[in-house]
Parts: sequence; structure tokens; C-alpha cells
Amino acid sequence: MTALLEIEGLTKHFGGVLANDNVSFGVAEGEILGLLGPNGAGKTTLFNCITGFLPPDRGRVRFAGVDVTGRSASRLARDGLVRTFQIVRVFPDLSALENVVIGALLRHGRVSAARRRALEVLEDVGLAARSNVRARDLTTAERKRLEVARALATDPRALLLDEAMSGLNPREVAEAVALVRRLREGGVTIVLVEHVLEVVMPLADRVVVLQEGRAIADATPAAVSRDPAVIEAYLGPQFIERA
Amino acid sequence: MEIVAQTVASGVLLGLILALSAAGLTLIWGVMDIVNFAHGDFLMLGMYASFFAWAVLGLDPLLALPGVVAALGLFGVVVYLGVIRPVLRGSVLAQIFATFGLGILLRGVAQFVFTADYRQIGDTMATGSFAVGPVHLGLPQTIAALGALIVSGLLFALLDRTTVGTALRATAEDRSAAELMGIDTRRMFALAWAVGAGCVGAAAGLLAIYFPIFPDVGAVFGLLAFVTVALGGFGSVGGAMLAGVLIGVVTSVAGLIFDPAYKFTVAYLLYLVVLVIRPQGLLGRA
Amino acid sequence: MPRPGLPVIALVAAALVYPLVFGSPAAINVGVLILLFAALGTAWNLLGGYAGQISFGHAVFFGIGAYTSTVLLKEAGLSPWLGMLAGAALAALAAVLLGVPTFRLAGHYFAIATIVIGEIAHTVVRNLDAIGGARGLFLPILPTSLVNYQFHNSRLPYYGIAFGLYALALAATLMVERRRIGYYLRAIREDPTASRSVGVSVLQYKLAAAALSAALTAICGTFYAQYVLFIDSDSVFPLSLSILIALTAILGGAGRAYGPLLGAGVLVPLSEITRIAFGGTGRGADLVIYGALIVLISVAQPGGIAALGDALRRRLPQPA
Ligand SMILES: Nc1ncnc2c1ncn2[C@@H]1O[C@H](COP(=O)(O)OP(=O)(O)O)[C@@H](O)[C@H]1O
Ligand SMILES: [Mg+2]
Repeated sequence: MTALLEIEGLTKHFGGVLANDNVSFGVAEGEILGLLGPNGAGKTTLFNCITGFLPPDRGRVRFAGVDVTGRSASRLARDGLVRTFQIVRVFPDLSALENVVIGALLRHGRVSAARRRALEVLEDVGLAARSNVRARDLTTAERKRLEVARALATDPRALLLDEAMSGLNPREVAEAVALVRRLREGGVTIVLVEHVLEVVMPLADRVVVLQEGRAIADATPAAVSRDPAVIEAYLGPQFIERA
Repeated sequence: MEIVAQTVASGVLLGLILALSAAGLTLIWGVMDIVNFAHGDFLMLGMYASFFAWAVLGLDPLLALPGVVAALGLFGVVVYLGVIRPVLRGSVLAQIFATFGLGILLRGVAQFVFTADYRQIGDTMATGSFAVGPVHLGLPQTIAALGALIVSGLLFALLDRTTVGTALRATAEDRSAAELMGIDTRRMFALAWAVGAGCVGAAAGLLAIYFPIFPDVGAVFGLLAFVTVALGGFGSVGGAMLAGVLIGVVTSVAGLIFDPAYKFTVAYLLYLVVLVIRPQGLLGRA
Repeated sequence: MPRPGLPVIALVAAALVYPLVFGSPAAINVGVLILLFAALGTAWNLLGGYAGQISFGHAVFFGIGAYTSTVLLKEAGLSPWLGMLAGAALAALAAVLLGVPTFRLAGHYFAIATIVIGEIAHTVVRNLDAIGGARGLFLPILPTSLVNYQFHNSRLPYYGIAFGLYALALAATLMVERRRIGYYLRAIREDPTASRSVGVSVLQYKLAAAALSAALTAICGTFYAQYVLFIDSDSVFPLSLSILIALTAILGGAGRAYGPLLGAGVLVPLSEITRIAFGGTGRGADLVIYGALIVLISVAQPGGIAALGDALRRRLPQPA
């Protein structure tokens, strides 16, 4: 199977900090890939470099077989590569519906068509009842879902979710997990950044683990959870004996 | 050659005052990400304060300086509490217009109360001129510039050597981290306004020694201060000092080379050019 | 096409009734100024209110409009109507050229850049003797006619044209509001980064808003030149004009289609009243009132007069 998204030797510095160090991996079409790693491992930076929000220092990004390194974020969104933000970024003074309409306008030139698509997506993510509420008045969990809805409304081929589930309560997490599964069934390829293992392990087909900017593992969830390097990165050396 | 040296020297003298006033602007800017669009009008108020201290109380502007600094510092706190704090959570639009409107209000009040007449402080302690080699320097200008240098030094010492200064810089660096360290950032904001406006007061008191005073006097100086800050790098006090002197020299050299009507225009153009090639300013971080 | 809404009908009715009720030349003049500033504020609103790019330099576009049509009329005998189109095109071009470097700046930084650009333009025009320099330009007096864009017997034709200008700016706004560009501009105002993430070409849409806003502003500049028949840099390029344009929109309600009309409806009569009350010497009084109003609005009701209406409506019991 050829990969939909391929990262090759991606490297990014911030001054003296090496945030991404020669990272390579691929994501197959229709796959759910978990991207794991402790805080500061470089996951968000990697997302920024892949989706055109930061220029990588070195390395290539290929999407659907095309080298897209250096393309702008808006161009990549049009290509079908869309991300959400770790710190939620909705349009605060616009209604939930308007937020999603803005996403839907990418594929629908007419506002009326975009509205119909937006209402569908809001229904999908369970926000239909909140359509007319200003985004700033939604709860944190709702705002996160709204951001996902806005991204979905662009009909992406690949969706990169940056900690879309952190800060949610168990019920909300369960709903989010179900949503991700539905999306995949709909054919969307998903890269999931989380640092909560319990969420990613059952959901992901494959897991890449970042530590201090380097990819230290790339395998199935089961294999990764037995990998001593991962356990050490995640839980600290004291857990190795017990594992 | 002599005329060039002369022009550069007088540019440096004005630039030092500009630098001090810009330092006050950038301090507030850096600490709380608010631009005081009434900055020039604060300067105007300070100059009137000096003028009336001289005209009514017979105080020499140099002696009145501490009083003017204190008055402006107090005014800064009042403005912070009355105008700035309510818009802190508002939109950028509201923030811009709050201080912009304040500037217009102050200018209007000055016109209404003091009239549009030009005023000039006469017979001060500092009069006459002296020569350094071929360059003749006005004593008032020189004393004002030296005063600005001293006050700027005090500002640096305050920011660099005192606990309060460290807290101010920490707030500018990272507001939430400062809060976690137990710094009361609201008080730091008020302090930034006190110190920032105090700097403007000092610049005003020094400028008033030789510069005419009128309600619109802040317009050009205010804009020059913005340009200075943008050129130096937002929030960078050192950058403001450097850029202030640079702007002072550029304006006075431009007045020599081109028509004097264009002297500020050249400084503005310089700012636009820097904006295009180095948006973070000379000493600002990317 | 949607049917004209209640506000549009009310507006047309009010504009028609006004000259019948207040027939004096002075009152018509106030009407002209209200409509002119409503048009200017509405044009500003496209960039400042919808796209959130706060410009304190719109006098540049106004001045370009006034000078372009005037110079073409004086030098080439070109009809001011054609000059108006040339001015609009030139202003749109200027907006794009100025926008490319400045639209990278956010919030305060952008606002300052626009002030600086305005001041440069003001100084350059004042010192350009080829176009009148500090002495300004008198327009040639031509016989009254629509083609000449001059009317010497009555101010009513000017009133009619001013209404047309406002209608044009409003129509442009309503059109933008209902289309993709209107959504995208508001998205850019709210969060440019998030906008990019869903495929919005931020710079391109800002430039489009700026060009449209500048062109409409320039058209108003031509109108001003034809109305007053004299222009100089201090009347069409000053910072105070830029501020007044922005203020009209902000006071009425930035990002709302009818906000600038409300703002102009308050500001223009207010400045006339203070001028009459305090006479020529009281030039500070209008500034005091403007300044106090701006501070008050920003602190108490950043949404402007239009938002005041919303707040009241929210207080009233809602129909079930
Ligand atoms: N814009 C930035 N400027 C400087 N350093 C940054 C920036 N963004 C991230 N970093 C640094 O890069 C490293 C990786 O951060 P990040 O990608 O946010 O990690 P993660 O998302 O895995 O928690 C951290 O050390 C962080 O401090
Ligand atoms: Mg992260």
C-alpha cells in the first residue's frame, strides 16, 4: 500500500532546541495513526511543519504522491490536508454554524450549499442543538468538537488532530473516539496526537512515538506498548523492571 | 564637513529625548501588549505641566522635573485604572480606540483650556551655547539630552537591578508564568503605566526647556515614538534607545540633504523599509 | 435576489423625506455630510470592521480620489465621472501595493503603519508643486449639469449623489456579507491562523477587501472635490480625516452593515452643533466630545451604537 502522507527526514530547530530531529514515517490511506510522546517531544511542531504553518529546516513532506514541502497552510487545506490546534482556535464571535460554514466554503462556493454541509457536520459531531450559540459561549469540550467540525467541513483526505481529546471527561472522550472511528469508515485518514495512551492504543492502527524530537518507535500499538524504549520515554526508567 | 558634524550632533541630542519617550512607550507595550496611542498627548501634558510650573510657580524646568515625572506617573496609573483595565479583555479594536480617543480628548482639552497659542519657557538656568571643536551645541539642548541619558540610565537600573524591575520583565516575558511565580501582574500593569508615563513626563520636562509648547506638539513626537519603538523592536527598551538616536540623526541629516519639509518623512520611510525587511525591528526577537 | 429588507426601505424613505422636512441649504449640507461620512465609514468597515484590519490611513484613498479626478479635469478636461473611476482604480492599486507589506502586521502594528503611510502621503502631496503643493487646487467652475458633476443653483443634486454613494457602499457591503468573501473576512478578523487551516488565502482576501474599500473611499474623494470645488493636502489627506472615517464606523458599530450610518448620523450633527455653539475659536470642543465619546464607547460598549440596540433587545422579554 502506498502512503497518503509521507514524512522524510523532517528536522526543525528553535534556536538551540531541536524540536524535530530527522523524523520519517508514512501514513497509509484510511489509516488511523497515533503520534505519541511526552510533553515537549515535538508533536505540535511536527504538525506545524507538515501542514505548512512552519517551514521545516530539512526534510520533505509528500501528500498523495506529490512533494508538498513548503506549500502554504491554506493551499494544503485545499489539497485535503487539514489540522486542528492543540490550544483550541475557533472564531469566538461567530456562531457555531458560521464557524463550520467557513470550513465548508472551501468545497462549496455558495453560502447556501456550505450551510447545508455545515448543518450535516454539526449533526455528525453532535453540536446541531448549539448551532446558533456564539463559539465563545460554548464549553471547552464543545469548542474542541466545533474545531473538529470546522476541519471536517472542508472534506479533508487527511485530518491531523492535535490533542483533540485532552481535557475531556470520560464520556466526552468516548464520544470523540466513536467520531474518529466513524470518520475513518468514511474514508478519512487520521493522525492523532495524544499523550494519553489509553485513548490511542485501542483506536490507532499504528503508533509513532516521538521523544526529544526523534521518532523512537513505529509499530502496532501492541508492539509499541512492549517496547522498553517507549516505556522508558513515557514512564521513566523506574518502570522498566516492572514491565 | 562641519555642517554634517553639527547636524549629526543636534540629531543625537534630540534622539536621546526621543529615545527616553519611546522607552516609556515600549515598556507599557512590552509588559501588557497595549499600545498607548495617546503617548504623544501624554508628552504634551507633561510639557504644559513644566510650562505652568515655570509660569505660575516660577520654577525652573529642571527643578520642576521630578514633580512633572511624578504627576505624569500618577496620571498613567489613573489612565490605567479608568481606561485601560476595562478594555483589557476587549477586542484589539476597543483597545486601540480607548487610548486613541483618550489622545483626542487630551488634545481637545488642551486646546480648549490652554488655547492653540504657542508657549515657550523663557530665561531658564540653561542658556547659551558652547563649542566642542567645530561643533556648536546649545546648552539647553545639551542639558536636556544629558538629562534624558541620566533618566534612561535610571530606567535601565530599575529594570535590571531591582526586584520590581525583574518582576516587570518577567511579566513582559510570560504573563502566566509570572503569575505562577506569585507576581501580581495587575499591579505590574499599573506599575508599567506609572513608570512608562513617568518616562514620558521626564522627556516632556526636558524638551520643554527649549521646545515650544502647544496642544498638537504631541502629534509628531507621538508618531516618532511609535516609529522608534517599531524600529527598535517592540518591547525592547535597549532597541528603543538605539532607534531613538538613529531617528534623531536621520531626521536632522534628512533636513540637511532634502527639503526640511521631508525630514520626518525620511524617518517614516526608514521605518517602512525596516518593516518590510525586518518586521521584528532592529533588536527585537523574531 | 433577496427582497429589500425593512432597513433598506426605511433608509430610502428617510433619505427622501429629509430634504422635504429640512429644506434649508445648511440642513441639506448636513444631510450631504451625513451621507458622505456614512459612505466613507461603510467603505472603511469592509476592511476595518469585517476583516479587522484597523486603518488610520484611509484619507490616502480619499485624497487619491479627490486629486486624480481634479488633476484629470484641470489638465485633460476629463469628465469628473471618468476621473472618479480612474481615482477608484488608482486607489485600489495603491491599497494592494501598500497592503502586501503591511498586511503581515497584526493589530496595533498594522494601525501604526497606516498612520505613518498617511503622514508620508500628506507631506508629499503638500510639497508637490506640480499638483498645487501647499496652495491646493481650485476646480474650474463649469455650467451646472450632471455631466459636469457641478450644480450651482441647489445643493439637492449633491444630496442625491451622496445618497447614491452611500447606497453603493451599502450594496457592496451587503453583497460581501452574504458571500464567501464576507465569511472569510470575518474569519480573518477572528483568527487568521485558524482561517489558514481551513483553506482561506488570508492575504488575498485582505487585499480584496482593501481594494474595494479604497475604491469606494476614492469615489467619495471625487465627490468631495466636486462639492467643495477646492482641495488641498490638509483637507483631503490629514490624519484627522482618517480618524473621523474610522470613528464613524466604530461609533456606529464596526462589522455591521448599518453601523457607519448610525455613526455618521450622530457624529456629523454633533460636530455641527459644537461648531455653532463654540464658534470658530472653540476648535477644541469638538475634539473633547469626539475623544470622550470614543473612550466611552470603547470602555462601555465596544460594539458601538448598533450593539447598544442588541443589548436592549436582549433585555426585553423574548417572544415565545
Ligand atoms: N515557536 C516556538 N519557539 C521556540 N520553541 C518552540 C516553539 N514551539 C515549540 N518549541 C519548543 O520545541 C519543543 C517541542 O515542542 P512541541 O512541538 O510543542 O511539543 P509537543 O507538542 O510534543 O508537546 C519544546 O521544547 C518547545 O519548547
Ligand atoms: Mg503539543
